[in-house]
Amino acid sequence: MLEVSLYRYNPETDEAPYMQDFSVDTSGRDLMVLDVLELIKADYDGSVTYRRSCREGVCGSDGLNMNGKNGLACVTPLSETVKGEKLVIRPLPGLPVIRDLVVDMSLFYAQYEKVQPYLQNPSPAPAIERLQSPEERAQLDGLYECILCACCSTSCPSFWWNPDRFIGPAGLLQAYRFLADSRDTATEERLGKLDDPFSVFRCHGIQNCVNVCPKGLNPTKAIGHIRTMLLNRAT
Amino acid sequence: MVTSVTSFSRTGLSDWLIQRVTSLVLLAYFIVIAYQLVGSVDYTSWRLLFDQTWMKVFTLMAALSLVAHSWIGLWSVFTDYLTERMLGPKGNIIRLLSQLGASLALFGYVIWVVVIIWS
Repeated sequence: MLEVSLYRYNPETDEAPYMQDFSVDTSGRDLMVLDVLELIKADYDGSVTYRRSCREGVCGSDGLNMNGKNGLACVTPLSETVKGEKLVIRPLPGLPVIRDLVVDMSLFYAQYEKVQPYLQNPSPAPAIERLQSPEERAQLDGLYECILCACCSTSCPSFWWNPDRFIGPAGLLQAYRFLADSRDTATEERLGKLDDPFSVFRCHGIQNCVNVCPKGLNPTKAIGHIRTMLLNRAT
Repeated sequence: MVTSVTSFSRTGLSDWLIQRVTSLVLLAYFIVIAYQLVGSVDYTSWRLLFDQTWMKVFTLMAALSLVAHSWIGLWSVFTDYLTERMLGPKGNIIRLLSQLGASLALFGYVIWVVVIIWS
C-alpha cells in the first residue's frame, strides 16, 4: 500500500488548508503520480481537484509538488519520487491556491506576457515563410520546447518573493527564445525592458529551475545569455 | 510596493557588474592578506606593510568595494524579505529603516578604515 498525503483546501468550506491521508493499493505497479491521483479520485474521494489533460507531458497542466520537488504528475513514476512508501503531494509553491492542487497562474502568465512571446518583425511577410539557416534554427533548440507548466518558476525563491517584478525562469527562457531568433527584429526594445534590478537580475543562479524542468531545459543558461546580451549592448 | 530607487546604481546590469568587479577586488585583497599571514607576521612587519602607500590605497579600495558589494547584496535580501508582501502594511517602513541602518553601518566602516589606515 502506498501512503499518500494530499493537500486539501476548498475555500468555500475550509477555514484553512489541511493534509488528507490515503492508503492507495497500487498492486505493486510503478504507476505515474497522475495515475495515483486518478485512483484516489475514482475510488476514495471524488472531490479531489487537480488539473490534467494530455497525461503524457505535453500540455503542462499537472505541474505539482511531489515529495518536495516540482514536476509533472503524468510523467513522474512512483519509483522516481517515492521514498519509504510515502508520497506527499502539494500544489505548486508560491502561487495562490484556488482549490486542492489547482493554483491561480495569473501572476505566472502576467510575467510571460511581459516578454512579448511572439515574433516581431515589421517587414512585409514573404510569400511562403521567413527563412532561417540550419545554424540559425539550431539557436532555438532548448528554448522553444517549454510547455509553460510553471514547475521552474514556482521552484524559484526569487519568484516566490517577487512574482510581480521578477519575470522568472519560464518567462526569461521565452524572452531569450525570441532574442535568439534571427527573424526577430525587436532585440533592442526587448533588452531595454529587461535592464532593471528585478526582471532578469533577481536571478541568483541557484538552478532550482534546471533541477525540476520536466523537459530537461536550462533556464539559468538562457538567463546567462540575456545578461551577456545586456552587457554587450551597454559596453 | 518594492521600488528600485534605493538600489545601488538603479539598473540591474550595473549592480550586477559592480558586484562581480568588487568581488574580484575583495578576493585579491584577501589573497594579499592571507599571503602575509601565512608567513611569519609580527607587529613590525604588519606595520611596515600598512605604512606603504600602495597598501593604504589597496585597503581603501577594498573597503569601498565591500560597501558597494554589501549594499547590492543587502538590497537584494531586504527587497526579498522585508516587503509588504511578506510583512504586511509595515513592510516598507521596516525595509527603509533596515536600509538606513545598513547604510549607516557601512558608512561607519569606511570612516573607521580611513581613520586606522590614514591617521
